[in-house]
Amino acid sequence: MPSPSPARSTRGKTRPETPAVTSVSARKHVAPSRRVVRGDRGVKVSRSVTVRRPADELYAFWRDLRNLPRIVKHALNIERVSDIASHWSASAPFGDHRVEWDAVIINDEPGKLIAWRSREGAEIPNAGTVRFDPAPGDEGTEVAVTLEYNPPAGKLGAWLAKLSGEEPAQQVAEALRRFKALMEAGEIPTTEGQPSGRAETTKNKRK
Amino acid sequence: MKAVCWMGKKKMEVRRVSDPTILNPRDCIVRVTATAICGSDLHLYNGYIPTLEKGDILGHEFMGEVIETGPEVKKLKVGDRVVVPFTISCGGCIHCARTQWSCCDNTNPNAALLEAVAGHGGAALYGYTGLYGGYAGGQAEYVRVPFADVGPIKIESDLPDDKLLFLSDIFPTGYMAAENCDIVPGRGVVAVWGCGPVGQFAIRSALLLGAAKVIAIDNVPERLRMAEAGGAVAINHDEVDDVQDALRAHTGGRGPDAAIDAVGMEAHGSVYDQVKQTLKLENDRAYALRQAMRAVRKGGVLSIPGVYSGFVDKVPMGAVFAKAVTIKQGQTHMQRYLRPLLKLIEDGKIDPSFVITHRVPLGHAPQAYAMFCDKKDGCIKVVLDPAM
Repeated sequence: MPSPSPARSTRGKTRPETPAVTSVSARKHVAPSRRVVRGDRGVKVSRSVTVRRPADELYAFWRDLRNLPRIVKHALNIERVSDIASHWSASAPFGDHRVEWDAVIINDEPGKLIAWRSREGAEIPNAGTVRFDPAPGDEGTEVAVTLEYNPPAGKLGAWLAKLSGEEPAQQVAEALRRFKALMEAGEIPTTEGQPSGRAETTKNKRK
Repeated sequence: MKAVCWMGKKKMEVRRVSDPTILNPRDCIVRVTATAICGSDLHLYNGYIPTLEKGDILGHEFMGEVIETGPEVKKLKVGDRVVVPFTISCGGCIHCARTQWSCCDNTNPNAALLEAVAGHGGAALYGYTGLYGGYAGGQAEYVRVPFADVGPIKIESDLPDDKLLFLSDIFPTGYMAAENCDIVPGRGVVAVWGCGPVGQFAIRSALLLGAAKVIAIDNVPERLRMAEAGGAVAINHDEVDDVQDALRAHTGGRGPDAAIDAVGMEAHGSVYDQVKQTLKLENDRAYALRQAMRAVRKGGVLSIPGVYSGFVDKVPMGAVFAKAVTIKQGQTHMQRYLRPLLKLIEDGKIDPSFVITHRVPLGHAPQAYAMFCDKKDGCIKVVLDPAM
């Protein structure tokens, strides 16, 4: 298996952008050379969580792209284009801007790993992997997500995003938390819509 | 419905709010027949726990009748009579599987907040600030109960609410505190700091678990009398020169085998801590904790059911290390205790209603909070009745 964070070794190095690869079989692993981000402008996020469910089940959830908007809090739209290609649109973490890109799965090992990257021309070039490894003692599966992207205005954009409290690291952590709850508990905990003494109106009334 | 809302420091109001609805498939709605004010509610009342918002509905000790169930609720049915534990657990994560129920991974929607403070977030609690999930509490006519098949215990007998209500928190909390003491039946001596409701249950639980002697430390006469009625030897710390000396006298110089801090973050007796806490230089006043650390015997156990929220100063870690003391603490793993303790009540081994000193209508909650906080009128435990 490749290192859990293949992009780390390339951080800070300059590499030419490679064209999008559309064939899964073309590459065995997410190769470091697939880096989408030039120079030191890239932002990399790694988060992991242990889920008390079998890897195959977790992989299957993740592989069905229709499931992802359930765990991403940010308004996210994913259209399936083919078995490995998809079109994504999301509201940017700042302003009213909507970001769109085409993504393609570049590595797919059932029950083990999914890797993807944006196609050439994406406004925010990005790439990521999700790995599923058995936890010690067979107590569930360690799910590790690595996301690498090129913010629109380099580090400035990342800084702005951080200030607005929508830092991608938080988003990934939150998505993994929701994913874990959905897989282990069958639902995502919420208090939205519960009563409080703040609302003066009594909209729901029993009796 | 009517609900008891925190509207600011020492300011409780009974407000008309929306009735709760099913928000998730595993929820149920309970019509509350009895609820109580917990000592830990006073930490909220006094404004010591951050992330409480004006308008939050308090209350984590409650029981009642199931009146609605979500589509994924399998065990509970409409009409069931239930006591609801104060912690919310999912039943599916590794901690629930290990019966570390209060460490549940999946019930706190604001787990990130608690993670930032503590490294990891624990189970959500009813009516206990955003940090613990921000779930509306049970000091209300109705309450939403998430993960209904994992928390509530169904009551089949016709025992009155007064005997059952405290399964929701203080009886299991006192019991776990005593169980954590690793009492050797017939030999163990346990000292309990704080004779509030949790301390009272810790005292009786320690004796049920076979303690040879339980020593109760407080300075409120009626609380010490209640402790004595439960079988403890009382030390009024205002009437002895030195608690450590008094404890040595009661234990042949050894010190107690186990010390229970049932006081927590708002201990009285230290001006140093009072000032630091007021100035926000310290979250918690740990006077009782320090005393317990020094008093416990070598190789003994320190059990902490009292609530701490943040940082404490001047903890005699050297004493704990030098004496090889084991510290056990944390929120109660409620589901471990519900059935065994219900059996103790049904078998007549304990009647938890001994602790109740006041019964008032839910609408009188604001006055009841003030009375409980100031320990006025001999107040030890208040039960609120939504039907009164």
